[in-house]
Amino acid sequence: MAKINIKINNIPLEVEEGMTILQAAKLIQVDIPHLCYHPDQSVRGHCRVCSVEVVGGRKLMPACATKVWEGMEVFTNTKKVYDTQKLLLEMILANHKQECLTCQRNGNCELQNLSKRFNLTSPKLPNVVEKLPVENNATCIVRDLSKCVKCGRCAKACREFQGIEAISYTGRSSHFKVMSAFGENLEKTDCILCGQCTAACPVGALVEKDDTDKVYEALQDPTKHVIVQVAPAVRVALGDAFGMEKASIVTSKMVTALRRLGFDQVFDTNFAADVTIMEEGTELLDRVQNGGTLPMITSCSPGWINFMEKHYPDQLAHLSTTKSPQQIFGALSKTYYPKVSGIDAKDIVTVSIMPCTAKKYEAARPEMGRDGMKDVDIVLTTRELSRMIATAGFDFAELPDDDFDAPMGIGTGAGAIFGATGGVMEAALRTVYEVATGKELVKVEFNDVRGYEGIKESEVDLNGTKVRIAVAHGLKNARVIMDAVRAGKCDYTFIEIMACPGGCIGGGGQPIKTTVDIKKMRMDALYDIDESLPLRKSHENPQVKEVYDNFLGKPCGHLSHDLLHTTYQKVDKKYTF
Amino acid sequence: MTKTVTFMTRNFNKYDVMSIDEYIAIGGFTALKRAITMDGEDIAREIAACQVKGRGGAAYDMGKKWSQARSEKNPEKVIVCNADEGEPCTFKDRTLIQNDPFNLLEGMIIAGYTMKAQNGYIYMREEYSHLRPILLNAIKQANEKGYLGKNILGVEGFDYQIHLYSGAGAYVCGEGTALVESIEGKAGRPRMKPPYIKQCGLYNLPTCVQNVESLSLVAGILNNGDTYKSYGPADCLGTKLVSVAGNVNRPGVYEIPFGMTVREIIYDLAGGVQGDRDIRLIQFGGASGKIAPASVLDTPYTYDDLKGAGVGVGSGAILVVDERTSVIDFLTTTQQFFSHESCGQCAPCREGNLHIKLLLQKVKAGTHTASDVKLLKQIAETMMITSLCGLGQAAQSALLAAMKHFPQTFEVK
Repeated sequence: MAKINIKINNIPLEVEEGMTILQAAKLIQVDIPHLCYHPDQSVRGHCRVCSVEVVGGRKLMPACATKVWEGMEVFTNTKKVYDTQKLLLEMILANHKQECLTCQRNGNCELQNLSKRFNLTSPKLPNVVEKLPVENNATCIVRDLSKCVKCGRCAKACREFQGIEAISYTGRSSHFKVMSAFGENLEKTDCILCGQCTAACPVGALVEKDDTDKVYEALQDPTKHVIVQVAPAVRVALGDAFGMEKASIVTSKMVTALRRLGFDQVFDTNFAADVTIMEEGTELLDRVQNGGTLPMITSCSPGWINFMEKHYPDQLAHLSTTKSPQQIFGALSKTYYPKVSGIDAKDIVTVSIMPCTAKKYEAARPEMGRDGMKDVDIVLTTRELSRMIATAGFDFAELPDDDFDAPMGIGTGAGAIFGATGGVMEAALRTVYEVATGKELVKVEFNDVRGYEGIKESEVDLNGTKVRIAVAHGLKNARVIMDAVRAGKCDYTFIEIMACPGGCIGGGGQPIKTTVDIKKMRMDALYDIDESLPLRKSHENPQVKEVYDNFLGKPCGHLSHDLLHTTYQKVDKKYTF
Repeated sequence: MTKTVTFMTRNFNKYDVMSIDEYIAIGGFTALKRAITMDGEDIAREIAACQVKGRGGAAYDMGKKWSQARSEKNPEKVIVCNADEGEPCTFKDRTLIQNDPFNLLEGMIIAGYTMKAQNGYIYMREEYSHLRPILLNAIKQANEKGYLGKNILGVEGFDYQIHLYSGAGAYVCGEGTALVESIEGKAGRPRMKPPYIKQCGLYNLPTCVQNVESLSLVAGILNNGDTYKSYGPADCLGTKLVSVAGNVNRPGVYEIPFGMTVREIIYDLAGGVQGDRDIRLIQFGGASGKIAPASVLDTPYTYDDLKGAGVGVGSGAILVVDERTSVIDFLTTTQQFFSHESCGQCAPCREGNLHIKLLLQKVKAGTHTASDVKLLKQIAETMMITSLCGLGQAAQSALLAAMKHFPQTFEVK
């Protein structure tokens, strides 16, 4: 990149061509205020809060959208800039339902931060917000359009990450809104409940449905035995919510926190991920050997499953019937665990901590339970858990270490990497290779399937049979693969797809804020966990062996089929476009 | 009435607008026939020599625009004829389409040749749907006669087609980027610039957007450029269509030589003010234009003179408001228009129009304070310097001009 010379606030600096004013200002330690800008999204320049003065221009320029040019002179600190930015903020604030003290984003709201930064203590404008009903009758996502600041970040997340456009712009002038089709409940639209919109929202207009009260209630009930499982991606993100270094590995502090919150047993979804590999790996080999539907596609990501049921209902046979780790754990928690512990299944409350909003919907599916009981009773996102920890007053970063409980507390490295795109594929390959070839896999890393690239491809040699595989994350990429599958133009045998960009580490329920850079750090942290563990292949997990020896019998056996496999069906949307 | 000229309007009522043969019989397509013997750069140069500025409102140098469009490297390019004509009080384009559709087409075909475009789109406002048959017929007949289609007039590789498109009637779709969004089938909301549509416009192709009047000048200039140059003062050559309306006796479209005074336009062409009343204000260039008191009457109608008087040519509209309407009532009506037509995506325009509406209500009721007036000005100025597109930037032109020319309107009682 060519270097060019510019001046910001009279400070000369040499910057790379193609940089925006917003980016360049960071080089002189100036954070130009902004609201609609998100580093992972396209720039639309809607809020104009980043307006700055460029010498020679009649108008102010949006710093997020204006690229620097040779000789450019920018001022971010003039009275004109200050007055303009402040008035724009005031106008946005005047059309925002200011229920800050009772808002889920209280203390973590970009508008609140800007309001504080600009010392908006005596607003000149009347509040003009239109009181609209809050949509909170959904399973996963709550929308309050009166809080919406129309930045469009949610719509861009939906379109640019997921290629879905379940929410988009409607109306004009003061009636301009970011809405679902015809204002319909999200669950009835194209929405797949991934929650990326909730992670992108700068304010509290789109938030996860808070289920913490249900957990408090269960924990207070002396007749209930409350157990909890924690997904692989939570342990590398939870620390973010407590101001710890980004992507810190906080597994053992998290276990302590959960135990101190009152959970009777703290288990690990990584264990269930290892069971998933046993089932899914066996299923794959069976499909290959017995002419089943190929390519087989992973089924761990509930947003992805929703996507298939709504957008590719004709291709459901490609999905692995193996349940997700959350639901495998859930099924075992109400069958195997009662058998081992002697506790009656109906007294057990199974709670999940997930990086994901769609997991709430998955747990609520009617097929995910037995004898009138849900396999997983309550699902909390990472954010909800962080709120419970904060409410309890724990100094999270200083909590002592603790370990998961038996008999569902050991996870291998293979289970750990389930949280990153490519992780399920790699975990499966480690086991499938050994089962198919009967040989020991010495080098367990499959580097081709790691990393942030949207679609990754590779080939694996299984005893002379070349198997083509692919990995995709973000449904925009998944669509590329699925269109090829639908067209029959696809020679893959096995495909891993995760709905959220980066996989579960970038899930819609993870601490705010999440950027690509942060997601990459979380990925690295998961691979660090994998590398640090003595066992890195699912089939070597001693607790997995126990569950098969003492309870399930064999992978894809009769009981497994009953408990650990599921079916999918076409879901009708209210509107089709 | 003799003060009007007939350069752009020369063909009006001279031929049946449904007949290409009649158009040809009065000399139609001779400019195109000449154009295809010329280098495109020379065509752009002839337009530049006539000092033509774009007639949509921005007054961008047309020869320069064509030259820039030519220099875009993409093998595929698009010409768009902006016939959205949404500016209130502006109806000159309608007159041109109604009375001389083939001349417009000829200009568009020459534009296609000059810029090496393959497709031209006429984006006509939904309210002009009654003109669709005229244009569709013109396009059909031009195809039949070989003025559109493949190897036009035998020029190898000169393939060009014109399409007619109508949106759903939003004012903002007259803005170039909103217009192309609308043609693409999306909601008409302006795009962020850059990229500019001249590089990346309709279907991501280099796009040259020209107003109906601009394109309607092309054939005349290629045929009789010297005649065009014989009109107007040396620094503002040529003729202009103005649409005069409001409280005048003869509202209508008039072709004037540049340099005629505003007084001549209003009193000699448009027949003066109804009931010989006094003029309260005149708005130039549509709802997004500035206003001035009657003192502007002796200003010659040229780009520079109007600018010097604090107003501008804009769309060519001249709205005369007599003493029966107060300044605040006028501003309230203008504001209602923008409160309705803002696309709503950028904060200053969406929120600004809302607050200005409320503040104007207070001014009208006489309940405003000095700080309200200050705020009114601050919001208007913020909209002007921070809005994403021309709509928001120009929406408060009338208000800001009113605050300057009619301070008594805002006096705190």
